[in-house]
Amino acid sequence: MSEPIESPPRLVLTGITKRYPSVVANESVDLTVRRGEIHALMGENGAGKSTLMKIVYGVVRPDAGYIRWEGRYETIASPAQARRMGIGMVFQHFSLFETLTVAQNIALALDTRMSNAVLATRISEVSERYGLPIDPHRLVHSMSVGERQRVEIVRCLLQEPKLLIMDEPTSVLTPQAVRVLFHTLRNLAAEGCSILYISHKLDEIRELCDRATVLRGGKVSGTAIPREETNDSLARLMIGSELAECRLEPNKTGEVMLAVRELTQAAADPFGTSLADVCLDVRAGEILGIAGVSGNGQKELLAALSGETLTAAGSIELGGRPAGQLNPAARRALGLTFVPEERMGRGAVPPMSLASNALLTGARNGMVRNGLVRTDSMREFARDVIARFNVKCGDERSVASSLSGGNLQKYIVGRETLLKPKVMIVAQPTWGVDVGAAQLIRQALIDLRDQGVALLVVSEELDELFIVSDRLCVLARGRLSPPVRLADTSVEQIGLWMSGQFGAQAGEEATHAAA
Amino acid sequence: MLRLEPRTSPSHAMAIASPVIAAVAMLVTGFLLFRLLGKDPVEAAYIFFVKPLNSSYGLGELLLKATPLMLCALGLGLGFQANVWNIGAEGQLTMGAIFGGGVALWLGDSSTWWGLPLMLVAGVIGGMLWAAIAAWLRTRFNTNEILVTLMLVYIAQLYLSYLVHGPWRDPAGHNFPQSRGFADAQTMPLLFDGGRTNWGFLFGLILAGALWFFSRRTYAGFRLQVAGLAPAAAAYAGFSEKRNIWLALLISGATAGLAGICEVAGPIGQMQQQISPGYGFAAIIVAWVGRLHPIGIVLASLLMSLLYLGGESGQMSMALPSAITGLFQGLLLFYLLAADLFITFRLRNVRTTGQPDQAPAAPVAAASSGGPGATPLESSP
Repeated sequence: MSEPIESPPRLVLTGITKRYPSVVANESVDLTVRRGEIHALMGENGAGKSTLMKIVYGVVRPDAGYIRWEGRYETIASPAQARRMGIGMVFQHFSLFETLTVAQNIALALDTRMSNAVLATRISEVSERYGLPIDPHRLVHSMSVGERQRVEIVRCLLQEPKLLIMDEPTSVLTPQAVRVLFHTLRNLAAEGCSILYISHKLDEIRELCDRATVLRGGKVSGTAIPREETNDSLARLMIGSELAECRLEPNKTGEVMLAVRELTQAAADPFGTSLADVCLDVRAGEILGIAGVSGNGQKELLAALSGETLTAAGSIELGGRPAGQLNPAARRALGLTFVPEERMGRGAVPPMSLASNALLTGARNGMVRNGLVRTDSMREFARDVIARFNVKCGDERSVASSLSGGNLQKYIVGRETLLKPKVMIVAQPTWGVDVGAAQLIRQALIDLRDQGVALLVVSEELDELFIVSDRLCVLARGRLSPPVRLADTSVEQIGLWMSGQFGAQAGEEATHAAA
Repeated sequence: MLRLEPRTSPSHAMAIASPVIAAVAMLVTGFLLFRLLGKDPVEAAYIFFVKPLNSSYGLGELLLKATPLMLCALGLGLGFQANVWNIGAEGQLTMGAIFGGGVALWLGDSSTWWGLPLMLVAGVIGGMLWAAIAAWLRTRFNTNEILVTLMLVYIAQLYLSYLVHGPWRDPAGHNFPQSRGFADAQTMPLLFDGGRTNWGFLFGLILAGALWFFSRRTYAGFRLQVAGLAPAAAAYAGFSEKRNIWLALLISGATAGLAGICEVAGPIGQMQQQISPGYGFAAIIVAWVGRLHPIGIVLASLLMSLLYLGGESGQMSMALPSAITGLFQGLLLFYLLAADLFITFRLRNVRTTGQPDQAPAAPVAAASSGGPGATPLESSP
């Protein structure tokens, strides 16, 4: 779509400020999005990206500043108005009804009424045109996360938006699905639709986006043309300092500390994933990474490893001893520690103090004697964790729920680390954690490995697994791929495995997007 | 439109103050109620809340009636902390009375030093056994303990009724459904002369201290609290859910059983059909008014005991209906729950906005340069 040269930019934000009682979310933010441009909005967690997008989408009203849309000053009072103006948004967390079909879900969200037959044809048309194949009559619960995202995108595209906001769209996708998404986004941009792409993944932004605006602490810390930047220079804009890099030096591994032998387990939950014939070994002094999109058996495998669900005695071995029938406490006695995915309510008791939360898993480490709690040693341990893992909190008497997600994660990882494990299992170590804290957590895992601990890391972030793992497996539909050394594999191969095809078919390449 | 909104930081001070607020609100409502009934509210308040405490005998009665409430509520409070909802303390109390009373009847007139201790132990065991049924059903078949403990209340009461009408009926008792009186050696020693307060009250205080220690300083107590506050965290840490359920039910059954035997071996002195005016149920209110904290429960049991005494006093002096005690209990619980709701939530008047979709197409613009915005569907190629 060709535009007259003098045509105004699609969206101009000037001096946008939004204050909340305890924090200034946005301060004098300027942002310009041109027609047909893919514009990245970057920043760490809490930098103010979401607030800014909510302002553009009419969910939140700014305290000060102007919004110019296609050259006209506008006040966006509601999402409905934003949609009428031509702004569409795909949220990070989808809002689809699982028991309804695609067409029914989309009909619910449309501002205009349309008969079901017409709508279904429209959905097919749009999804074909943009290379987003979906069947309008399929029930949502049977669809993968990537397919659900397509539904959300198609829902926006039906309104023929002029600006599409994508909030962290790739966090749930396999690398191949990311390629398909990028292809779609580029096509859209070529037709003149502007795209605001929110992310903190530097590689993606450099590949996809034409320009970037970086937020730090609610203010714009810079704008850049991502293609002309390096990851380091972008990271500097984002966090304001150099990123120390994690280094994984070659390490001598010891004997097998954690083994899973032909673990087959039907899911207890009807919407869960059954595990089929899962085998793995983790040796002392190595990190085994398990990649895969959530919902492919991660929850079930972690529960079986931690002891929250019991399995056949021989199917899990800890330090050479059968452990499948041992409960979590008995496994801890054998030297296992575990960082669960949910921090609040599982990894920590929200209304209890950090000191009491140390006791949650630390009873075997001198915090209990003769059935009595030793408050001093409990508090000392908590202080130690807080100091060594740089946990930002009042002190060890602060309640867990008063900590931010990232700080609580540092506390939990620190606690499980300082309990001197022989085997440590970590689920989503840096999910929702800012870049600095993520670096600290990854380094802590690597330090443990260098001290001869066997670590199993389950993560959705492929980048992260490529930083911390010695070997990688992929969990897909309840089956575990054979492990590969990091040197012998590539993101493409792992990505292919994530769709469930293991082994020799690595030659089959997924669709690559044309730039 | 009024809407409840969660508060960002619930006040800790208000959590402690809310029982006091509830008690005051109960008094105010009672005041209005007496007025509506055509009674002099000042006199009624005096008769209800002051007169029972006017004599040393009255004070003794206060402690006497507080004893079973305190004993039951202490055990229940511990279970409530762990999300174990034993609401059948009344049945466990009854079973404790049956077991302990059975020992007393078996001992007859013999006076041995071990008779009374044996009765107390039997009472405790009776309560525990009754609660153990619920614990077993819950851990084995995942049966809801609320229903099971409640239904077991009626079974226990009917069993007691059968005993006093049948095998345990006093042959010289003119066919009244009651047993022979317990021998002196089989009754609880009094705490002071001139009242009816017995050692049971002392047991209550000791138990309060013991349970405070259990919750605050023992690992088992910690596990129970975690199970109540965050069940997923308890599973993650490997705290056995079954062990917690057994522990909570056995402890609350034991304290209720002790309350039962202290009643029949204390003020009642024999087995009869009616041994409790609902102490086991009122103890649920006591546990919550006392914030599930042992010290709070001791104080709350005194308040609840006063309601019982005031109800009796009101019946005698002002011809108030006997339902008055239950009414005040209900008011107290109602106001407590209401006060607790406003600790975690607040009421806000939310302006009812029109349907956003019907908002004018032309928004109020800071410096609008054109007419109403066109529909978005119009422009794309």
